[in-house]
Amino acid sequence: MRPLHIIACVKVVPRPEEVRVNTETWTIQRDGVRSEINPPDMNALEAALALRERHGGRVTVVAMGPPMFVLYLRLALAMGADEAYLLSDRAFAGADTLATSYTLAQGIRKIGDYDLILCGEESSDGATAQVPPGIAEWLNAAQITYAEDLEVLPGLGMVKARRELTGGYEVIQSPLPCVASVKVGANEPRFMDMERKAWAEAEGPLTVWTAADIDVDPEMIGLPGSPTIVDGVAQAEASERKREFLAGTPEEQAQALVERLRAYL
Amino acid sequence: MTKSLYGAKEASTIWVYLEQAQGRLAGVSLELVGKARELTDGRGIPLVGVLLGDQVSGLAQEAIAAGADEVRVAEHPLLRQYTTDGYTKVFTELVLAGKPDILLLGATPNGRDLAGRMAVRLRTGLTADCTDLKLEEETGLLVGEVTGFGGGILAYIKCPDNRPQMATVRPGVFAVPEPDAARQCKIVSAPVTLTKDDIKVQVLEHVDGQGVDITKANVLVAAGRGCQGDLTLVNELASLLDGEVGVSRVPVDKGWASRDRMIGQTGYVTRPKLAIVCGISGAFQFSVGIEKAETIVAINTDAEAPIFEQADYCIVDDMFDVLPPLIEAVKRARGGNGGR
Repeated sequence: MRPLHIIACVKVVPRPEEVRVNTETWTIQRDGVRSEINPPDMNALEAALALRERHGGRVTVVAMGPPMFVLYLRLALAMGADEAYLLSDRAFAGADTLATSYTLAQGIRKIGDYDLILCGEESSDGATAQVPPGIAEWLNAAQITYAEDLEVLPGLGMVKARRELTGGYEVIQSPLPCVASVKVGANEPRFMDMERKAWAEAEGPLTVWTAADIDVDPEMIGLPGSPTIVDGVAQAEASERKREFLAGTPEEQAQALVERLRAYL
Repeated sequence: MTKSLYGAKEASTIWVYLEQAQGRLAGVSLELVGKARELTDGRGIPLVGVLLGDQVSGLAQEAIAAGADEVRVAEHPLLRQYTTDGYTKVFTELVLAGKPDILLLGATPNGRDLAGRMAVRLRTGLTADCTDLKLEEETGLLVGEVTGFGGGILAYIKCPDNRPQMATVRPGVFAVPEPDAARQCKIVSAPVTLTKDDIKVQVLEHVDGQGVDITKANVLVAAGRGCQGDLTLVNELASLLDGEVGVSRVPVDKGWASRDRMIGQTGYVTRPKLAIVCGISGAFQFSVGIEKAETIVAINTDAEAPIFEQADYCIVDDMFDVLPPLIEAVKRARGGNGGR
């Protein structure tokens, strides 16, 4: 078997704790908000790097987004990825999960020779978890969602993983190529290597592709390629709560609480 | 525009995926049947439940009692266990034959796995992880409510042109309807063509869990980062109150608790009568999963924690100082209650 080629898909998201909503315009205020690689995608990247350590081969990182994502792809190179690709074009903007998974799949086709495509379980901003199965369908590959304990069986051309289900789990084996979404918290992502960081910033192999560089149907990307539309936004209704603070020692607080909760005891 | 495989003009019914495992329907499937019944009533839209599996037709009755007008059952030995390939192939063929206008699935691990794959195969729009559903008055289009990240923003998503309009809904968002055993409806057996070659993956091992379902608990004692991995007192209080233990994301990520106990945006939406929230700051991602509780108690060392804005009773103190006397006080109160 030729050397293993793993592609890790990453997204850059605003840090959720810094995001504020402008309640006049109902838009997300991004000014001054720091971004980060979507934390679940760090689990995917770590899984890719760990598999490369075990089996050899190479790890390519791919993302779709604005030019500023380049900074974060260099971080992924500093962590250990061999190569990075950014799919960046104004025409990709406004994509829902159908258009996003199509665009990423076409980018992955262009990168080529892939065995395993790893994604984070979901993004911390959208949290739909729909892009990994979408990529798998566009590429006509097998899929394993919510995967942990990923094991490549190079002789068999298979990948094996455990999937957590409602209440239980299963262990499944899939032929390569396969798209797997890595369960959040499945591993501890490594820190970037300071020596690699200098290399990544100076000469790390990073390629930016526009829509013209990958074979995409202009009607199937970005806003035009997205069948879903946002029809409006509103503020979540805060339910009225009593907000009664109980005072005193822990014993007094406990007693006061129990008196108020008698109906439930 | 990416065109779906059939258009709005040909589509008319609402379909609900009846997810089953080990001879039981998923609670969320019944919740969806109940909600879909509410959406269709007065509009005369037929409500169809779709059941896939091996020898599962006995489960159809439960969906009928919950409000389905018809249940289509696709049975095949290769559907005994869920696989993406097998279920996507069979379900997509059913959809192309029946052309539903709307297709609803529960946002369970397998429901999301299936929905994400089918939406692309059908070239249609999928609104994932809805917290509410409605039909637009003038157009009858499905409008899915999803929570935007950060500060409690709701977004309304629709899919005007492509069919079916797909949505997944989180477990616990809607109530399970009261079963009506007198309801009658058709059970239709659907043809299935499936061979081993259609299924790329192989299920080597399948283990059912302990069946913890925090969405059904009347009392939830929830713990977060503040429990520092020690759930002893939380467990004790929960069992004393005949409740369950729930957690925020941190204990799941740290391996202190299993994912089926996770409350919040990426976990379960719960609606207990009483929630006692210990050592959880109350970020939006968590509180969206607990806000439907009748009464919320918050225990946290940080008086500024947002959880106190969402609580009925607030205790600013360390959970490890408060829980022991609370457990004793509950025991005393129970004793005076006739020792329930």
